[in-house]
Amino acid sequence: MSAQAGHGASVRIEACGKTFADGTRALEPATLEIARGETLVLLGPSGCGKTTMLRIIAGLELPDAGGRVLFDDKDMTAVPIERRNVGMVFQSYALFPNMTVSDNIGYGLKIRGIPNKERAARVAELVALTNISGLENRRIDQLSGGQRQRVALARAVAIRPGILLLDEPLTALDAALRDRLRGELNRLLRALGITTIYVTHDQSEAMELGDRVVVMQKGAIAQIGTPREIYFTPRRRFVAEFIGAANIVEAAIEGGYLVLPGGRQPIHCDVDMPAAVAMIRPETIRVTSAGSASLSGTVDSVSFIGDRQRLVVSGASNRLLTVDAPNTVRVRLGERIGLSISPDAVRLLPPEN
Amino acid sequence: MSHKSFVWLCLLPLAVLTVAFFLLPMVRLVVTGAEGPQGLAGYLAILSEPRYRATLVNTVLLAAATTVVTLIVATVAGMFLQRHRFPGRAVLIAMLTFPLAFPGVVVGFMIILLAGRQGLIGDFSNRLFGEKLVFAYSIYGLFLGYLYFSIPRVILTIMAAVQKLDVGLEEAARSLGAGPWAVQRDVVLPALAPAFVASGAIAFATAMGAFGTAFTLATNIDVLPMLIYTEFTLAANFSISAALSVGLGIITWFILALARSFSGSAVAATG
Repeated sequence: MSAQAGHGASVRIEACGKTFADGTRALEPATLEIARGETLVLLGPSGCGKTTMLRIIAGLELPDAGGRVLFDDKDMTAVPIERRNVGMVFQSYALFPNMTVSDNIGYGLKIRGIPNKERAARVAELVALTNISGLENRRIDQLSGGQRQRVALARAVAIRPGILLLDEPLTALDAALRDRLRGELNRLLRALGITTIYVTHDQSEAMELGDRVVVMQKGAIAQIGTPREIYFTPRRRFVAEFIGAANIVEAAIEGGYLVLPGGRQPIHCDVDMPAAVAMIRPETIRVTSAGSASLSGTVDSVSFIGDRQRLVVSGASNRLLTVDAPNTVRVRLGERIGLSISPDAVRLLPPEN
Repeated sequence: MSHKSFVWLCLLPLAVLTVAFFLLPMVRLVVTGAEGPQGLAGYLAILSEPRYRATLVNTVLLAAATTVVTLIVATVAGMFLQRHRFPGRAVLIAMLTFPLAFPGVVVGFMIILLAGRQGLIGDFSNRLFGEKLVFAYSIYGLFLGYLYFSIPRVILTIMAAVQKLDVGLEEAARSLGAGPWAVQRDVVLPALAPAFVASGAIAFATAMGAFGTAFTLATNIDVLPMLIYTEFTLAANFSISAALSVGLGIITWFILALARSFSGSAVAATG
């Protein structure tokens, strides 16, 4: 696997938009740069344009006039996918049903005219790398979902692509398998070191796999950043709510405090505002006794999850507040509790228009 | 009445119909075939008698050629029609499937209008080369007629199969470097194999047994249905025509079974 380290192209897309024949705008003109060897995740709900962007990079869709796709600063816009040297993993895996596992993996090499012996060696290498030894002569319909996913990945990587493109590669699997394969995929991508673009609607996948995450909404890029930046400093309400759990608080700011129904919450903001929007992550809220607290509320529900418990608190904010408390804290339904939140954990968001 | 006897009672009409209109005539046909002067050997006449054997070979070749050419034409057309949207597409599909409604006589008539003595092609070649090209009354005219009514049957099956093709497979092949021809060869055609077998079998069986077109074009075309007809009506040779009928059925069935088992592995692999 070290043979591939450092193999990979940088990608730049410039003003790439996509309007379909019926006039729908799938993607607003977007510009994006992906460094050599980087793993970039395109994240967003269905219909946000992430797959369209991936397909433009792959060469399966042509961007609207004016858009350009560059690999290593070479203009690839007019080059069809078969000559872009990209490895692609599809959501349905798209494995060839008329070929065995090893014929699937070796197909790209066969097309390239690689001699049988060399091809067999490369296939064996990938079979070992993706942990599918013993399945080489199986037909595709004899494989489980997880095995198919590995074969699809092995087939895409076999051609030593400059860029690896993955379109929701784990979505078709059940939850437990998805979690396990996610870790495996992460280690594999790190080991390969190929430039990777990964499309998903699952924020935990995006967080774990991405060097950087591009959050997309309604055909446009909402925010680009590392998983930490996206999580801790969302620039829009959409990003805050899409990544992890978030309490959105709408209140006035007076003298550095959010003025809430259940009291006052300090915030890093010197300007007074009549209507501000702020985000508070559930795990940043500490439960205290009601007496001394500057912000308090009533426990509406308690869900014990195991590693923590999730409280829903009413009366503190203008809407219900979700609080992740340690599993050792004892609270009763209807109990009045204090809420302690560091001003660092309160993130002011631009008002939605 | 128990549940079981109720089911049996419901099956009774089917059983009566099957016996009366399928089993009895078949048995009678088989018996008649063995009642000729040669007895059971009459069944071998289709292979041993040179004239019958030549007709059999002719018929099989004609049916095979019809099947192959139909599949090629229908695949290209069906793929195009399924994959492209253009004005007039619905009308074109309706026109292509129109011949389904025609009996063989009408098809034969149309072939005569096209390639007969007063036909379009003859007129055209007469003006160009000073010679009338007439082939309606030969096996070539018959071939054209069979193509005409086989294509609609096959095209509909192929279009349905193309619709079910996973476009992702073609995109995956392309991403691995396959050009248009390689994609067709390695992905599309193998995936369509079951449809080829199913629709090809119908085209072949129809071409083996079709009678109306041949009868309209000429009475002396060498195909098995015509031979059966002449033996039956003109020579009143009941036993031989019965033996030939059974032979036609068995040989068609055998070739279809052979095609199915050959493609069996391909079908299983694509399933």
